[in-house]
Amino acid sequence: MAAISSNIMSETPTVLQNPLVEINHLAFGWGKKVIYDDISLTIPRGKVTAIMGPSGIGKTTLLKLIGAQLTPDKGEVLFDGLNMHTLSRTELYQVRKRMSMLFQSGALFTDMNVFDNVAFALREHSSLPESIIRSIVLMKLQAVGLRGAAFMMPSELSGGMQRRAALARAIALEPEMVLYDEPFAGQDPISMGMLVKLIRELSDSLKLTSVVVSHDVKEVLGIADYVYVIANKKVIAEGTPEQLRASDNPQLIQFIQGAPDGPVPFHYPAADYQQELLSESN
Amino acid sequence: MLTRKIELLVGLFLLSGVLAFCVLVFNVANVKVDTKDNHYTLVAEFNNIGGLKVRAPVKVGGVVVGRVADITLDDRKLVPIVTLTMDKRYDHFPETSSLSILTSGLLGEQFIGLTPGFVDDDIEMLGNGDRVEDTRGALILEDLIGQLLYSMSSKDK
Amino acid sequence: MSPINLIAAIGRYAIELVSSYGKAGLMLWRAIAHIPNPKKGVPLVIKQMYVLGVRSMVIILVSGLFIGMVLALQGYNILVDFGTEDSLGPMVALSLLRELGPVVTALLFAGRAGSALTAEIGLMKSTEQLSSLEMMAIDPLRQIIAPRFWAGVISMPLLAMMFSLVGIFGGHLVGVEWKGIDTGAFWSILQASIEWREDIVNCLIKSTVFGVVVTWIALYRGYEVQPNPEGISRATTSTVVQASLAVLALDFLLTALMFGN
Repeated sequence: MAAISSNIMSETPTVLQNPLVEINHLAFGWGKKVIYDDISLTIPRGKVTAIMGPSGIGKTTLLKLIGAQLTPDKGEVLFDGLNMHTLSRTELYQVRKRMSMLFQSGALFTDMNVFDNVAFALREHSSLPESIIRSIVLMKLQAVGLRGAAFMMPSELSGGMQRRAALARAIALEPEMVLYDEPFAGQDPISMGMLVKLIRELSDSLKLTSVVVSHDVKEVLGIADYVYVIANKKVIAEGTPEQLRASDNPQLIQFIQGAPDGPVPFHYPAADYQQELLSESN
Repeated sequence: MLTRKIELLVGLFLLSGVLAFCVLVFNVANVKVDTKDNHYTLVAEFNNIGGLKVRAPVKVGGVVVGRVADITLDDRKLVPIVTLTMDKRYDHFPETSSLSILTSGLLGEQFIGLTPGFVDDDIEMLGNGDRVEDTRGALILEDLIGQLLYSMSSKDK
Repeated sequence: MSPINLIAAIGRYAIELVSSYGKAGLMLWRAIAHIPNPKKGVPLVIKQMYVLGVRSMVIILVSGLFIGMVLALQGYNILVDFGTEDSLGPMVALSLLRELGPVVTALLFAGRAGSALTAEIGLMKSTEQLSSLEMMAIDPLRQIIAPRFWAGVISMPLLAMMFSLVGIFGGHLVGVEWKGIDTGAFWSILQASIEWREDIVNCLIKSTVFGVVVTWIALYRGYEVQPNPEGISRATTSTVVQASLAVLALDFLLTALMFGN
C-alpha cells in the first residue's frame, strides 16, 4: 500500500505496478471534428481516478472508448492487459461483466421498478435462485440507502435517488471497476454529498477501481486519489489533488478556481467587436 | 415482468387471430375437410370449355352436386378433359346423363349442368372414374354471332 | 451549383442510402440470427405482443368494421344498377382479403404501433438505456430489438385476419341487414368465389411481409435516432411515412406476383 501511494505521489504514473486500465496514444474524432489527439493515461487498481475538463470536450466519449462502445481512430485501451478493441464480441462481453458504468442520466430501465432494475443483470448473467437474488438486491439497495424505495418505478424517484438506484444496479454484479459519468452534475448539495460519500465508501470497502469523469472541481478534488485534466484534445495536467492545487499552470488555475476569463477566453473567437458593429450589415 | 393480465390478453389475442383465420378458411372460403370417402370422380371430354374454371360447381337443376377438380388437355386428341369431384350423397346418375357448360345469367360465371338421362334395366349408374360420353361444350358468343350473320346473309340471297 | 457538385451530391446521397440499407440489414441480422433462449426470449416476445398486438386490436377492429360497411354501401349502389347486388359478398370479401385487409392493417399498424416503437427505442437510446445494456454485457439488439421484431411479425397477420373478418361482417350488416340482400345468396356466392389458397393464404403472406417491413423500419429508425427530442420526433414521423410508402409499393409488387399472371 505504501509503495503504491508513494508511486502516486511521484510525477510518473507509468511506473505504477500493473494498472487496471492503460490508454496508450489514443486518438478519436467524430467525423472531421477531433476530440482526442494522442492521449495516454493509466488507471491504477483500487483507487479513485478522476478525469476532469471543461464541458464539451468529450469526457463521456472517453468512458465509451474505455468500455469499447466506440472504436478509437488510433491507439489502444488495455483493460487488465486485454486490448478492448481487438477482442471478439464474446470476449468483449466477458470483459464487460467485470466493469460497469453509471450513466449521467442514470439510465434506469423505465419499464421496471427499482428492484427489478438492480436484479436485471443478476438474472441475466447468473443462474442464482430468486431468493438469493432478492437478498443481494436488498443488500445493494441498503448500501445506497434505497431499500425502502425498492418497489417504486424510476419515474417516481428524484434525480438524486435515480442516480443512487443506478449505482446500486452498477455494483450488483460486483465489478472490478465502475465508470462514473458526471455523477455530480445537476445534483442538489445533499444528494451530491451522498454520492461523494458513496463513491468513496464503495471504493474503499469493495476495493473498487473508480473512474470519475466530472467538471465539479470541489467534489472531485475531495474524493480523487489521482486526477487527469483534459483540455484541447490533450491531457494538460495530472497528479494528486494537492499537486494540482499547487500547480502554476495558468490553464489549470483558471479551471480549478473557475475564473471567467483566462487562457480559455470568455469570448468565443470572433471578428473584432468594434469593427463588426460599425461595419455595414450587408 | 409479465403479469397475469398481460398473459391472458396476449393469449386471447392469439386465439382470436387464429379463430379469425379459421372462420375465414372454413366459413368464408367454405373449405370442407375432404376425405376420399365422400367423393367420387367423373371424367368428361368437351370440345370447348369456354371460361370454365377449376372449382366451378356442377349443378343438377340448380343444386350443387360436385365441383370441377381439374382441367387438362388430352395430348393426342387435343381436346379439354375435365375431372369432376362429385358428392357421394348423389351417386345415382345413369350412364346416359349428359353434361353441358352453362352460364349463370347473361355475363355470370360458367358452371357445368348435369342432365340425368333415362334409366333402363341395362343402364348402369355412373361410378368412380367413369367417363361421361354425352357432353356439350360452352357456347361461344363470337361463334353464335358468326352463325347468325351467316344465316342472315344466306337468307338474303 | 456546378454540375460537378451536383453529381457529387447525387453520389453522396446514393452512398448514404445504400449504407443505411446495409446498416438496417446488419441490425436485423445481428438481432435475430442466433438461437434464442426460450426461457428468457418467450416472455419478452409475449410482453411485446401485448404492446404491439393487443393494444392495436381496438383500432383494427373498429376500422375493419367501418371499412367493410362503407365498401358494401358503395358497392351496393353500383351493383344494384346492374341488378347484380347478389355479388356484393364476393366484392367486399375479395377487396378485403386481397388488398384492404393486409394493406390497411399495415398502415394502421405503422401509425399505431410503428411510431410507438420508434419513439420507445429512441427514448431508450437518448436516456442511455441501450448503452447501459451494452455495458452490462447484454446485447441490446437481442434484448430489445429481437423480441419487438418477432412480436410485430407475429401480430400483423393475426390483425389482418381479424380486420378482414370484421370487414366482411360489416359488409353483411349493410348488405343483408340494411339493404335486404338475401342472406343465402350473399353467403353462397361469397363462399363460391373465394379460394382459400388464392385469397386467404395470399392475405397471410402479404400481411406477414408487411409485418416484417413495418416493424423493421420502425426499429431501425428508433435505433439510429439522433438522441434528442427533436431527433425522436423526426424519426417517429419518418417511420410512419417510410413504412406506409414501403407497404404500398410492396403491395403492388406482391399483387403483381400473386395475381398478375
